[in-house]
Amino acid sequence: MTAKLEVLKPGPFTTVQDLGRPGLAAIGVGRSGAADRGALRLANRLVGNPEGHAALESTLGGLALRASETVTVAVTGAPCPITAGGRAAGPNAPIVLRPGDGLEIGTPERGLRCYVAVRGGLDVAPVLGARATDTLGKLGPPPLVAGTTLPVGQVTLGPPTVDLAPRPGLPAEPCLRITPGPRLDWFTADALATLVSRPYTVTSDVDRVGVRLTGPPLARAREGELPPEACVPGALQVPPSGTPILFLADHPVTGGYPVIGVVGEEDLDLAAQLRPGIPVRFALSRLTA
Amino acid sequence: MTGRAMGVHNGRWRVAPYGRRAVLVDLDGQEDVLGLHGALDHEPPEGVVELVPAARTLLVRFDPERTSHERLADDLLRHSTVDVSARAGREVVIEVRYDGEDLAEVAECTGLSVAEVVTRHEQGGYVAAFCGFAPGFAYLTGLDPALHVPRRATPRTRVPAGAVAIAGEYTAVYPNSSPGGWRLLGHTGHPVWDVERARPNLLTPGTRVRFTRARR
Repeated sequence: MTAKLEVLKPGPFTTVQDLGRPGLAAIGVGRSGAADRGALRLANRLVGNPEGHAALESTLGGLALRASETVTVAVTGAPCPITAGGRAAGPNAPIVLRPGDGLEIGTPERGLRCYVAVRGGLDVAPVLGARATDTLGKLGPPPLVAGTTLPVGQVTLGPPTVDLAPRPGLPAEPCLRITPGPRLDWFTADALATLVSRPYTVTSDVDRVGVRLTGPPLARAREGELPPEACVPGALQVPPSGTPILFLADHPVTGGYPVIGVVGEEDLDLAAQLRPGIPVRFALSRLTA
Repeated sequence: MTGRAMGVHNGRWRVAPYGRRAVLVDLDGQEDVLGLHGALDHEPPEGVVELVPAARTLLVRFDPERTSHERLADDLLRHSTVDVSARAGREVVIEVRYDGEDLAEVAECTGLSVAEVVTRHEQGGYVAAFCGFAPGFAYLTGLDPALHVPRRATPRTRVPAGAVAIAGEYTAVYPNSSPGGWRLLGHTGHPVWDVERARPNLLTPGTRVRFTRARR
């Protein structure tokens, strides 16, 4: 019998995510997928899944699920209180739920997004080869609501082999490494130095598309707008206000504001955990690792 | 390099790093973008994983294990002439009912009559240059310069799927209903976007497009 997870409470915003739809930007489809890709991969490994299986991405917790059958789950990403079958459970570890058991995820103390993988993966219908919800491109399953039932798939790699994957905590003031360009010439000579000089603050304008920051404005050397050009995750786009927007998983495929720098793929998972109100620093890094 | 244009060039194109896994090629215009995109698509340099054309640029994503910014820039700049033959894309004919809400406004803006606006739009030969804004939303070039009008000051909160619209130098068919600021000339029932199809996007970059007036 196919196991199911029933959504009792979706929390503020929970979606199904996998590793997305790479390679389709030329037809207007972004990669999307988990904002914190490392956390999704880890959650899948902990339950013995292929790393790219579909799981839940919960923003600020508040999620409550109920298992129909015995299933193994794991919670990763932002550290949050977890209750499984009425008992406290830990993150980054496989958790067995018995039929009828609930899984409750509280609000993370730090960070923004946590991931719940289930052994076998979430077997929702794929769109363009992926099960990820692209919130901007409107592809994939809609965000969870109470009463949503999620079928659990059958494909696994093998039994879970570790009891716990120790993870470092999230920093109080994250530092994201950037490489300059490609539109440095749209800014005054000191804009890049300004960007790395003092911390910026994460505004409340945070979603899967991007993170709007506030802090020292980056002065433009040129007026006007660029014709649309392709974007990448991690791009720091600067609108006329001078304060950057950091693009995350569901960024637009093309954008019209100049990009002063790009946060490296190795820091994108940390960027996905930026929470409103916290400080964030930028540091220059080399183009070749 | 602060304050100056980044990257290397061959007199015509400039190649600038865009993070660790991509470069952005600045080209002279849409023709060159389509040409270079066609040429690279046909014969991709070592390590290229994705090409994303836009209005004046081509993003080239690469695998840093297989190539580097420098090597890729060399490979790209060697394409100093574009392979025009690679651009001979297929042609799609889209039947349009010219009953758009903004026809009168566009006529007023351009000093043409509504009938002339329709005729000029219908007579254009278009090429899908790039996609963006939404899945399957193709920017079609080749719009009669007399029809170049700015987008609406206030975008509509909902433009229906199939709306045929213009803005600036482009025309487009809205693949899905969405907010939008383009001027609506008409609509089509021709599905330009369908995720169930093997090729979800009818108007991939390089596709030639004609519009014909729907007969009643």
